[in-house]
Amino acid sequence: MAEPFNIVVVGAGPAGLAAAEAALSNGARVAWLDAQATAGGQVWRKDLAHGWPRDAQNVIERVTQHANATWMPQTQVISAESGQLLLQDPSRAWRITYDALILATGARELLLPFPGWTLPGVTGAGGLQALAKQGWPLAGRRVVIAGSGPLLLAAAATAKRHGARVLGIYEQANKATVQRFARKLWHWPGKALQAASLRAQLAGIPYRYGSIVARAIGDGALQSIEVDGPHGVERIACDQLAVGYGLVPNVELAHWLGCAMQNEGAHPYLTVDATQRTSVANVYAAGEVCGIGGRDCAWLEGRIAGLAATGASIDGSVLRKQRHARAFAAALREHFALDPYIYDLPDLDTLICRCEDVPLHALDHHDNARSAKLATRCGMGACQGRVCGTALAELGRFPRSGLRPPLFPARLATLGELDSPCSQGSFS
Amino acid sequence: MSTVRIRIDGEALDVPAGISVAAAIARLPRPFRRSVKGQARAPFCGMGICFECRVRIDGVAQQRACMAVVREGMQVATDG
Repeated sequence: MAEPFNIVVVGAGPAGLAAAEAALSNGARVAWLDAQATAGGQVWRKDLAHGWPRDAQNVIERVTQHANATWMPQTQVISAESGQLLLQDPSRAWRITYDALILATGARELLLPFPGWTLPGVTGAGGLQALAKQGWPLAGRRVVIAGSGPLLLAAAATAKRHGARVLGIYEQANKATVQRFARKLWHWPGKALQAASLRAQLAGIPYRYGSIVARAIGDGALQSIEVDGPHGVERIACDQLAVGYGLVPNVELAHWLGCAMQNEGAHPYLTVDATQRTSVANVYAAGEVCGIGGRDCAWLEGRIAGLAATGASIDGSVLRKQRHARAFAAALREHFALDPYIYDLPDLDTLICRCEDVPLHALDHHDNARSAKLATRCGMGACQGRVCGTALAELGRFPRSGLRPPLFPARLATLGELDSPCSQGSFS
Repeated sequence: MSTVRIRIDGEALDVPAGISVAAAIARLPRPFRRSVKGQARAPFCGMGICFECRVRIDGVAQQRACMAVVREGMQVATDG
């Protein structure tokens, strides 16, 4: 028997937290769930050594302790059908129902292939931050941060706070473009302050523009990297490389629910109206899944979605702030657009599908994800194409294919709960 | 900070309570797993997307080490 809730919020980052809080304030019975053990999402991930950011801690405590809230940590949505969600946590599988569903599934990092990217010691930029906050040992380790966007500064600051020797930050965008962006920051004073604070924390750490990690080298683990920059190729010995090229919305659940989407570059995001309603009745969405907009935007949209889903009115000032926050995201995208040189980094032998060890040359004769999958197993592994499918779309090879349940790898006992694995859609 | 004792491939290790299993394994010089073609692999995305860090925890296979938290007495098996 499925447990009924008024509102179910998927994702416990800023968007999910704001949505849960708004819905609770209107008297709704709310379930909120997240794959991680602790609330906060990626941007507000709890740091074992330093706790949550102050803003986050207050709201997390308020929502977690609310009498009408049911917090479901380490929980993933495995399938969704006719108003029900099939959930799995480390010990059980169960169903819940909702009057309204709020998708706050956030984003993942855009991780792009280059020779050596599978070596132990190479991680995402946000990835290293996440690992460090949960105790990954960095004290005394030589760390290089690379890729694109302001997330690199945050990753470097976290690594430094955890005792790493940060050797440098390598931004692919060129100097003139990044400086043009910096000059616009006064439109968003909060962001300008945040940037200034990060730069102060990172005093003394080289920040290089127009620089791209072209290769990671090591025998069984990372030993050095080659950085291609304005002054040629530089080889740097290091223990850890954290490289991220931005963020990509997590749309898998929304896709399965049939929500309408648009593309930003090669990657889909959800279409929502001014009150965060998707194209599917009683399904709302907020934050990064509606297009990469950042923390402030996610918070505002979560609040709007939580109010709208419980039938409350929305103050015009919240809507105005949300539009202003979205404008910041647009400026970010414009100034940190990726240099197409990055798409040419993989060699023919570079593995594209890390789960099934499929090299680039094996994909040469395929122009769609299905054909590549059938012939090479590309995208058939445990990540279900989340890494390689996203990378191949960004590289301009072919678009991602949609996921079908199980939306994450599931235990057989969980799959036994599915009515019929073929009852919706077709295998493709 | 309090510690818990876990075993990684049979080797006892005292680690700070609350850290991820990934962070515990990283204290030892070993890969997390071998890829289908035998290459050494370790955590990559750090947030439960890429599945590169999966290990066996208390007999349950395919657990993402980056998302699991250490517990007293936990038995972790890598295939590195």
